[in-house]
Amino acid sequence: MATTAEYLEREQKLEGIGCARKRKEDPRFIQGKGHYVDDVHLPGMLFGAVVRSPHAHARIKSINKEKALALPGVRAVLTAEDLKPLKLHWMPTLAGDVQAVLADEKVCFQYQEVAMVIADDRYLAADGVDLVEVEYEPLPALVDPHHAMDADAPVIREDLVGKDEAGQGKRVHDNHIFRWEVGDKAATDRIFATADVTVKQAVLNPRVHPCPLETCGCVASFDKVRGELTVYITSQAPHVVRTVVSLLSGLPESKIRIISPDIGGGFGNKVGIYPGYVGAIVASIVFGRPVKWIESRIENLSTTAFARDYHMVGELAADKNGRIKALRVNVLADHGAFNAHAQPTKWPAGFFSICTGSYDIPVAYARVDGVYTNKAPGGVAYRCSFRVTEAVHLIERMIDILAQKLGIDKAEIRFRNFIKPEQFPYHSALGWDYDSGDYPTALKKVLEAVNYPALREEQAEKRTRGELMGIGICTFTEIVGAGPSKNCDILGVGMFDSCEIRVHPTGSAIARIGTITQGQGHQTTYAQIIATELGLPSEVIQVEEGDTNTAPYGLGTYGSRSTPVGGAATANAARKLRDKARKIAAHLLEVSADDLDWEIDRFKVKGVPGQEKTMKEIAWAAYNNVPPGMEMGLEAVEYYDPPNFTYPFGAYLCVLDIDRYTGETKVRRFYALDDCGTRINPMIIEGQIHGGLTEAYAVAMGQLIAFDAGGNLLSNSLMDYFLPTAVETPKWETDFTVTPSPHHPLGAKGVAESPHVGGIPCFTNAVNDAFAHLGVTQIDMPHTAFNVWKTIHELGLDNRA
Amino acid sequence: MAKQHIVFSLNGGVVEILVEPRTLLIHALRETLGQTGSHIGCETSHCGACTVDFNGKSVKSCTVLAVQADGGEVLTVEGLAHNGALHPVQEGFMQEHGLQCGFCTPGMLIRAYRFLQENPSPTDEDIRMGMSGNLCRCTGYQNIVKAVQYAANKLRATQGA
Ligand code: FES
Ligand code: FES
Repeated sequence: MATTAEYLEREQKLEGIGCARKRKEDPRFIQGKGHYVDDVHLPGMLFGAVVRSPHAHARIKSINKEKALALPGVRAVLTAEDLKPLKLHWMPTLAGDVQAVLADEKVCFQYQEVAMVIADDRYLAADGVDLVEVEYEPLPALVDPHHAMDADAPVIREDLVGKDEAGQGKRVHDNHIFRWEVGDKAATDRIFATADVTVKQAVLNPRVHPCPLETCGCVASFDKVRGELTVYITSQAPHVVRTVVSLLSGLPESKIRIISPDIGGGFGNKVGIYPGYVGAIVASIVFGRPVKWIESRIENLSTTAFARDYHMVGELAADKNGRIKALRVNVLADHGAFNAHAQPTKWPAGFFSICTGSYDIPVAYARVDGVYTNKAPGGVAYRCSFRVTEAVHLIERMIDILAQKLGIDKAEIRFRNFIKPEQFPYHSALGWDYDSGDYPTALKKVLEAVNYPALREEQAEKRTRGELMGIGICTFTEIVGAGPSKNCDILGVGMFDSCEIRVHPTGSAIARIGTITQGQGHQTTYAQIIATELGLPSEVIQVEEGDTNTAPYGLGTYGSRSTPVGGAATANAARKLRDKARKIAAHLLEVSADDLDWEIDRFKVKGVPGQEKTMKEIAWAAYNNVPPGMEMGLEAVEYYDPPNFTYPFGAYLCVLDIDRYTGETKVRRFYALDDCGTRINPMIIEGQIHGGLTEAYAVAMGQLIAFDAGGNLLSNSLMDYFLPTAVETPKWETDFTVTPSPHHPLGAKGVAESPHVGGIPCFTNAVNDAFAHLGVTQIDMPHTAFNVWKTIHELGLDNRA
Repeated sequence: MAKQHIVFSLNGGVVEILVEPRTLLIHALRETLGQTGSHIGCETSHCGACTVDFNGKSVKSCTVLAVQADGGEVLTVEGLAHNGALHPVQEGFMQEHGLQCGFCTPGMLIRAYRFLQENPSPTDEDIRMGMSGNLCRCTGYQNIVKAVQYAANKLRATQGA
């Protein structure tokens, strides 16, 4: 009989689920052997660079290419006129709208793509850009979304004039895109009319940008002889890109190969299809040569995929004890000049209706109106599931504001309103089915860890001396793992994901998954899942993603969907193999399959010590000695359509001190408890949480894509757009509880975005809390020192007298 | 544009190339010499992804002309490991999970390599300050601090021995 020590040793050898094993991707990255898109260098490669509009809104009078074309080394200057015969001057967006690939007669935002210069190297391409002469007739720019639907507002989209639809339902103004309503308006209004107490607050999630360290880019290579197109691309969804490229170009998908190699961070920035990609692909097809396009940081911040820009008004109705009776929300969503937000097709406001949060709110109503402005298109999920950051922000601010009005402690009001553990699965007023959760335990654990009562005492004492100290709490629920194909698709393709596993004769394996890692460590964690499910060491399990020629079709990585969907596909594919392995083992041991028990890495005959076959032995047999009638080999593929979303949650607490003379904020403590269900690699989870909290800190404390009244962008370099360094970044304390998802094969829920979603409101709640005793109900982000100082100064707190 | 002939030491070997006077060092390294370990994140000297060690100093190679390297000595991430053995900073980043997407990592490693020569026994705060020219969007820096401490300990141990 095997001893416990032997079991443990065998299990540890696998380095499977739960093991904080080191990452398999690291050796190449620490030796400069990563392979990112800009590292791709193909023979005969040309470079594309984009001519961009200096105006936010203008008519194009003329484009003169002559000087540029006269420069030796410049091969072509593409404009809308050149793309028209190919019908590629406009392209469809993921949101049912169209977007100009190269501006067609008019530009609608500053830095919009006007022409693309193709040249022999990147310096010549940049020279060519300078030589293209474009004459513009400036038009009045619409910058403030609150004026988008004014009677005299400039019309941004002349191509849509007279159309009462722009792909997402009825519109009521030329600058209106859609109206989306959910919930029971009449019932909500009734409760508001008679409630003990109501609060109402405008809350802004300003325009920000995900800004991964690697910008977007591609290398398109069309082989004229074979008629095959290969594109290396910074994409979080390579298979979707292949489908879109096929639809746009008319090439069969079988002749298109999309490769997402190593990706230098995505955070939602790399979900969309951008004009630069299309230009490079067209140029490659025209020239029959590879064409590289890599955007600069300024182009990245100016054009490819902003996030947020949600102007929200939240209202809560409650009883005297702070028990919430209803929620009403109205949102004005600034989508920029084209509706190119990246959400599942049927969800014009993503999953914003998760805005009832972690609370048992009986009735709710939410309405979102999307409008056009003279700003870049986008509206991606910046390290979050679709519009979930906005939703969580709204409810987490509103519950604080309610607490303030009623004089109830901000932790206490949460306990009074939490969905109780016994209420799961919980059906929310706006239609979601929360899978599992235990919110009170999480918050209790955090309050104890930080000694919350002592912090409140300290704060009260400091307030008597005029010092500013804020305590922020956020108890969030995410909704991730999009999603069930019955309600989630992208361009008609259901949002399943997939895994194919091949176990080789000598007991190593390769697995290919339809998702794509951008730093999350999939090559490590998927291997750990397979290790536990199949009893083979994760060290010898190779994981590949991102090449559409080899990986099965999947919808990619965003919205924390890899573990909930791709991870489930991986577990199920491995289980199919284990079932087959059981039959082979039974055949080898000459017993019935039912007589076998699975134990870590082998099948054992029940009650007969020593009668066993390891997975390694079974793998060998799969290629030479299988039961009669069984196919040879050990391969399986799974397309996993999740039955539901997963609902990770957490309780965060932030303590900060504000200098009342400079407005500088110092985060003293940030305690983050996450519950992501079953934990696959604790080291990676912790790393993801650190990263997400840091991005949350960036958004809350400094990030803003700002415009002046003329639509000129004021923050499109790293000089002006805030990315925290190691010096500003707070230190993080992490903790966890484990409430497995009941419907996921491993019980896992996904984690990487929770800290962003929960972190932002936690910081902003802390800053607001610092001023709460002075009657302040809402200070919008970003909480830069200057902005905080303005509040201080208005309140007269900086008097030195 | 007339090209210039330049010679410099790269990762211990001698390289000779022809470059335009306007060519940035990062482009010469990545495109002319095919050493793609150093990355480009901004081209405005903010992010540090392009950091290389140049004549004993950390420099952002997006803000240096290749011709300035003539006669100089350049070390990039590709030159950190010796005879197949990782440098302690490389080991530290792997052991302490100091990287995720890996895009900032080459610049971080090269900066850490120089920083630990400037300050072999840093506090955590010293590390945060000493590495603040290098941005990371993924890790939140906490594990990078640990990784540099790991390397500092290891370097002190081997040098003490
Ligand atoms: S690319 Fe040189 S500092 Fe960013
Ligand atoms: S690991 Fe991705 S930017 Fe640092």
